[in-house]
Amino acid sequence: MMLDRETRKRLIVAVASRVIAAADELTDLDRAIGDGDHGTNMRRGFEAVLAAADELSAKSFGETLKGVGTTLVMKVGGASGPLYGTLFLSLGKSLADEVSREQVAEAFAAAIDAVRARGKSEAGQKTMLDLLYPVLAVLRAGGDGLPERLKATARLAAENTIPMKAIRGRASFLGERSIGHMDPGARSSELIVDAVADVMESCA
Amino acid sequence: MTENVGIVIVSHSADVARGTAMMVEQMVGREVPLGWCGGDPDGGLGTSVEAIMAAIDRAWSEKGVAILVDLGGAETNSEMAIEMLPEPRRGRVVVCNAPVVEGAVMAATEAASGATLEAVRRTAEELTPA
Repeated sequence: MMLDRETRKRLIVAVASRVIAAADELTDLDRAIGDGDHGTNMRRGFEAVLAAADELSAKSFGETLKGVGTTLVMKVGGASGPLYGTLFLSLGKSLADEVSREQVAEAFAAAIDAVRARGKSEAGQKTMLDLLYPVLAVLRAGGDGLPERLKATARLAAENTIPMKAIRGRASFLGERSIGHMDPGARSSELIVDAVADVMESCA
Repeated sequence: MTENVGIVIVSHSADVARGTAMMVEQMVGREVPLGWCGGDPDGGLGTSVEAIMAAIDRAWSEKGVAILVDLGGAETNSEMAIEMLPEPRRGRVVVCNAPVVEGAVMAATEAASGATLEAVRRTAEELTPA
């Protein structure tokens, strides 16, 4: 896949718009089990990303991703800033303008490791990792209709966080009471995967 | 030019951070370089990497800087801020696993005696149940 300037900008706009549009929903999810700021924080971060879309996408794909990561780190304000910032900064380290699915999968695996280290968390603890790992597995396997399957996997993985008990983050203070609510970080990750898959589909 | 370890206080609330800094100043005087910040980039409750980096700069000492944080995002954002510092400073800033108010006072007391960064951190972390 070739990530030219136009595609880079479409990715930024698609991802940022999707997150911004769902800000209220993310805040509602976070209010149930966290401190209720996830939507507000993500909206602030991605509004800054959207405002800089032209400038960010003018550079190489790696620099674009790093630019998105740095903007999120500086603007989001909650723990999700460093977590999503780390994800994009790590992706930017290894991805060139022309990338294969295998290269993206490898970069994504390294980025998830970086997020896991940043959050001192593991899979199964009701976090964004519970969405990222299943998506990585599908990305690694590849095959026909990949964007559609990435979206379906993300949707299912977000729903799978509902019965989980939170071990990390603010939701862990609730213990058993965190069961029965979707993790807001898994939901925001689902939105991002969904928006990226849409752009992949339209490029194919 | 001071020779003591600097202390940075990071809270989700600017009021908590400022109040803690006032307590530290009253108890240990101005012997210790002090930085504090609270609030997200829009001034709401939260923390900001940019503000944390600026606070580290204000509290900078060649002996290093110890950061005291309140809740989750304050810790994650402080760790991110440390990673974004220029190389020579990066290895001389630590986040203490300690309650923010008591930790800041204890850390500053230790720092005022001319202790090393590691000793300051250890003193603050003695407050945390094992």
